[in-house]
Amino acid sequence: METLITLLVGVLVAVGVYLLLSKEMLRIILGTAILSHAIHLLLLTMGGLKKGDVPLLQEGAAEYTDALPQALILTAIVISFAVTAFLLVLSYRVYQESGRGSELRGQRDE
Amino acid sequence: MNNLLVLPMVLPILMGVLLVFLRPYIRLQRALSLVTLLASAGIAAYCLEHIRHTGIMRLDFGNWLPPHGILFVGDSFAMLLVLAACVVSSIILIYAFSTTGLQTEEMFFYPFVLFLVAGVNGSFLTGDLFNLFVCFEVMLLASYVLLTLGGRKMQLKEGITYVLINVLASWFFLLGIAYLYGALGTLNMAHIAVRVAEAGQGPLLTLISIIFLLVFSLKAGLLLYFWLPGSYSAPPTAVAALFGALLTKVGIYALYRMFTLIFVHDPLVFQIIGVLAILTMVGGCLGAVAYSDIRQIVSYNVILSVGFVLTGLAISTTASFQGASYYLIHDMVSKALLFLLAGTVVYLTGRSKFHEISGLIRNYPLVGWLFFLTMLAVAGIPPFSGFIGKVYIGLGAIEVKAYVLLAVAFLSSIGVLYSLLRIFLNSFWGETTISEDDQKHFDKSLGLPLVLLALLVVAMGVGTELLAPYIQDAAQTLANPELYIRAVLGDNLE
Repeated sequence: METLITLLVGVLVAVGVYLLLSKEMLRIILGTAILSHAIHLLLLTMGGLKKGDVPLLQEGAAEYTDALPQALILTAIVISFAVTAFLLVLSYRVYQESGRGSELRGQRDE
Repeated sequence: MNNLLVLPMVLPILMGVLLVFLRPYIRLQRALSLVTLLASAGIAAYCLEHIRHTGIMRLDFGNWLPPHGILFVGDSFAMLLVLAACVVSSIILIYAFSTTGLQTEEMFFYPFVLFLVAGVNGSFLTGDLFNLFVCFEVMLLASYVLLTLGGRKMQLKEGITYVLINVLASWFFLLGIAYLYGALGTLNMAHIAVRVAEAGQGPLLTLISIIFLLVFSLKAGLLLYFWLPGSYSAPPTAVAALFGALLTKVGIYALYRMFTLIFVHDPLVFQIIGVLAILTMVGGCLGAVAYSDIRQIVSYNVILSVGFVLTGLAISTTASFQGASYYLIHDMVSKALLFLLAGTVVYLTGRSKFHEISGLIRNYPLVGWLFFLTMLAVAGIPPFSGFIGKVYIGLGAIEVKAYVLLAVAFLSSIGVLYSLLRIFLNSFWGETTISEDDQKHFDKSLGLPLVLLALLVVAMGVGTELLAPYIQDAAQTLANPELYIRAVLGDNLE
C-alpha cells in the first residue's frame, strides 16, 4: 500500500513540476497546489498508513495508527490554502495592472 | 518563569490581531505596535540574562514533556537574535511612521509588521522542526503582504517571484520533514539529534540533511540568492530594511541550528557549506560591484554577509561560532541602517543610480556621515561592530587551517568596502547638484531612527566586552550540542 501511494506521490510531483514550468500564471498556481497535495500524501505515507486501530487509548488495541502525520497535514493544508489564495489574488492584481494575459515572464520583445 | 519564553512570539501576534480591529486609529496603532516591540525586546533581554545565570530555558506547551509535545527552547544564541530582531524592528518602525503613507498604513501595515516579527521570533525560539516550518510560514505570509502592499507594478512583479520561490522552498521543507519523520519517527530537534547520533549519519540521513541545506539556503540566500536583490529592492524603504535585517537571518539561524545540533557527523556537508559560502561571497561581490542602482548594491551586500556568516558554520569551531554570533547581530543592525540610508538617499533625490547623484553631503551632512560610518562598520573596521565578528571567524579559520575560506572571506570585505565607497565618492562627494532652495526638507523624524541605529553600531563596537559573556554562552551551546540536548531531554532521556 505504501509503495502504491509513494508512486502516486511521484506522479503528482511530475504533474506539479510540469505545470510549474509553464508560462501561464494560473497553471503555475495549480502546479503549486498539486505539489502541496503530493507532499501531504507523502507525509501521511511516511508515518505509516494503517498500522493498527484508531489512536484512542481506551479501546485497548494492540497497536495504534500514528496520529501525528494527520496533525501535520492539517496544518500544512491550512497554510497551503492561505498561500494559494494569496497567490491567486496577487496574480489577479498583476493581470489588472499589466492588462495582458497573466504571463509571468516579461514582454516577448524584452 | 519559563512562560516568559513564549511572549516574544505571542505578544506581537495578539497585538497584531487587536490592531486589525483598530483600523481607523492610525496613531493608536503606531503607539501600540512600538510598545509591543519594545516590550518584546525587554522580555528578550531579561530572558537572556536569566539564561546566562540558570542555563537554557525550556517551555513545554500544555505540559507535554519532550519529545512528545511542541516546545520552545531559549538558548543564548536564539535569545540574542530575538533581542536584536525586536530592537532593530522597533527602530525601523519609527522610520516607517514618517515614510509609510496613510493609505498603506490603513491597509493593516502595522499588524503585518507585528506578524512578521512574531514569525521571526518564533523561528528563533522553537525546538520542534514542524513548528519551525509553521513559524517560517507565519513570517513568510506576512512578508508576502508587506512586499506587495501598495501594489506598484514593480512590487507585484517581484512579489510573484518571491512568493513562488518561497512556496517551492516550503515544499522542500515539508519534503525534508516527511523523510526525517519516516526515517527517525520524531520531530523534536533535540530528540532527532539523539537518534541521528545513535543511528549514525548514514547516506540516507546525509541526503535528508542536504534537502534541509537546500531549503535553508533558499531562505538565507546562500548561493540560491537570485530572487533576493529584486525582491529586496522593490518594497518601500522601511519594509526593505525589515527584510534585509531579519529574513535572511532566520534562514542562517536555521542552518546553524540544523548543522550544529543534528547533522554534525558528516564532514562532507560542512565542505559543501564552505564551497557554497565562497561562491556566495564571490557572487555577492560581483553583484555589488556590477550594479549602479543603490538599492541593488545594498541588497547584494546582504548576500555577501550571508556568505561571510556561513563561513563560520563551515569552520565550526568555538571561535568561529563566537564570531558568527557577533556578526549576525551586527549584521541585523548595520543592514537595517544601510537599507534605511539607501532608501533615504533615493527619497531625498528621487534617483536611484549613484552616478546621477552628487555632493549630497553638502545638502544633508547627517546622512552623508552616517553612510560613511555604516560603510566602515559593514566593512569591519574597528571600532565599529563588524570588526570583532570578523576577527573571531578569522581566528577559527586559522585554527582549522581553512586558508582558502579565510582569504575569500576577508577579500569579500574589500568588495563590500569598494562597492559602498563608490556610492560614497560619487553621491556624497563632488559638486552638489541640488541648490538650497530645491532641496527636500530632511525631517527630524527621518533622522532619529538612523541616528539610533548608528548609535547601536558604535555601542556594539565599543561595548564588545559587555556582550562577550552572552556571546560566549551562545558559542558554547553551538559547539557542544549535548548542552542543548540535555536541557531539552535531560530528565527523560531514555
